[in-house]
Amino acid sequence: MGRSSLGGAVLRGMLLTLVVLFFLFPILWVVLMSFQTNETILRIPPSLLFEPTLSNYTALISGKLVTNAGTLELAFMNNLKNSVVLSTVSVALALLLGVPAAYAFARFRFRLGENIAFTLLSFRFAPPLLVLLPLSLYFRQLGLTDTWVGLIWVYQLIALPLILWIVRGYFEDISPDIEHAYRIDGHGWWRTFTRIALPLARPGIAAAGLLAFIFCWNNFVFALILASADKQPVTVGALAFVTASGIQYGQIAAAVMLSILPTLLLALYAQRYLVEGLSLGAVKG
Amino acid sequence: MATTAGIVFPTAPRQSFGRAALPYLLSLPALLVCIGILVPFGTAVWYSLQRYNMNLPMMRGFVWFEQYTQLFQSSAFWNTVWVSLLYAVFTVGAELLLGLGIALLLRRSTWLNNMLSIALLLPLMVAPAIASLMWKLMTHPDFGIFSYLLSLVGIHDFRWASAPSSALFTVILVDVWVYTPFIMILLLAGLRSLPRQPFEAAELDGVPASFVFFRITLPMLMPYIITAALFRMLDSIQQFDIVYAMTQGGPGNSTLLFQVQAYLDFFKNFNVGRSAAMLMVLWLIANLISTQFIKHWLRLRERARGGAA
Repeated sequence: MGRSSLGGAVLRGMLLTLVVLFFLFPILWVVLMSFQTNETILRIPPSLLFEPTLSNYTALISGKLVTNAGTLELAFMNNLKNSVVLSTVSVALALLLGVPAAYAFARFRFRLGENIAFTLLSFRFAPPLLVLLPLSLYFRQLGLTDTWVGLIWVYQLIALPLILWIVRGYFEDISPDIEHAYRIDGHGWWRTFTRIALPLARPGIAAAGLLAFIFCWNNFVFALILASADKQPVTVGALAFVTASGIQYGQIAAAVMLSILPTLLLALYAQRYLVEGLSLGAVKG
Repeated sequence: MATTAGIVFPTAPRQSFGRAALPYLLSLPALLVCIGILVPFGTAVWYSLQRYNMNLPMMRGFVWFEQYTQLFQSSAFWNTVWVSLLYAVFTVGAELLLGLGIALLLRRSTWLNNMLSIALLLPLMVAPAIASLMWKLMTHPDFGIFSYLLSLVGIHDFRWASAPSSALFTVILVDVWVYTPFIMILLLAGLRSLPRQPFEAAELDGVPASFVFFRITLPMLMPYIITAALFRMLDSIQQFDIVYAMTQGGPGNSTLLFQVQAYLDFFKNFNVGRSAAMLMVLWLIANLISTQFIKHWLRLRERARGGAA
């Protein structure tokens, strides 16, 4: 691969341009749509020349959609708020539960330890509907359908296995010698855990937390089946919005943008952790 | 595997009860939160052995494996198996080829390549259900940019997700758009972690590039490729979001994947028993794949560790 001819470089550049076009054009095009009115969206042929308008975003943010037929109430901002609450609280809880467990699996060999770890991992791989459908009946009986508690509990299925396995890998990669030395100095395991192990594993915890947040934010099927209308996150809300708004394409595009912007920005801001987390610690070295 | 409860460090002359219990205490909360999920799982198994339609509560009864035998005799079930298989094979195949190609293009760690690999991760950050919405906007027959671009090359009647003949292709396209970056980033990390010596030796000897690729790069990368493929296969055979948001299984039965079919059986036909049996079959398939995946993944981890030492 060291021998690069001019022809090879040109070919490489063309292929890369095609790749970038395929993967980024859809996002760019929806951004453009979100700043247009229906009239300019529906023009044929489509044109890049239009007068940008913020009306789609103001309609979504104010929650009032003014159409020829009258004013329509929009709950989209509520969906956005729900996504923030659901993802943040779920990940915080999963970190609280998952990091100590990951430490236990990494540092101690104990009976059933490996079995418990694999049981937790296997939740990640089972078809979600298998538990969600019976759960929807239970939630109705237990009165959990309209609560945060129920949803956040079930969201642990998304966040917890992920955090457990990524953070465990990180703890295993850190040599226990430093902790060992600290303990010989006469410190208890709790101090060792919080003062030595946790700070050393911080990049792994950040990567796992970031990835878990993105998975929670992007989840669709859990809330589709279990959440009542006023608890639905953006993924479910955006779909309902399409049905409700009918042919307001500009607003649909704006709703799509508001739904994906948080994860896109987060990914760009914390790209290093993202790449680390995505490779699941499998290919570090 | 250790058979006795013990602590690897520090050196404890005698193990007190507190020490032995510590790992359990640390992992118990996480386990307890998840264990609640085992109850609905048991319920699902129980439902799959019943004739249970929410519209006909009088008919409910325990029927052993009748749901399964009926399932295996119905053409609708085999259609679901076929569609799911097509979906899994084509998405994973296309994503592997594309992901490997892009990883090879971005292999050298330059500033531009690293910027591009981050930019190309963006589709993976889009919720799959929302990605379907985006592609719906772009393939709309009236104003969709892709419908327009096709009309420029003389194709006027391609109806994307609204025609039975092209619906499966359209949802596969969305899946490829969302998940190729995942394969790309895994294989890129794999490529960059390969030892340099074989490649330097090949270059010194003037070995042709195709030979280097098929005899050195590909075999050395194979563990990464298999791990990535199994992982995607596992998700792909269970895909729901993209298809539900795009077509809801239609038109007709052209995109009825396992989970979509089970969802419709439960919420549209109220046939809890058949829905549960369908999901149990999917669970078995997923279990087979995930066992293989975990095996490969652990081996890869070991190798990465050993290589680093």
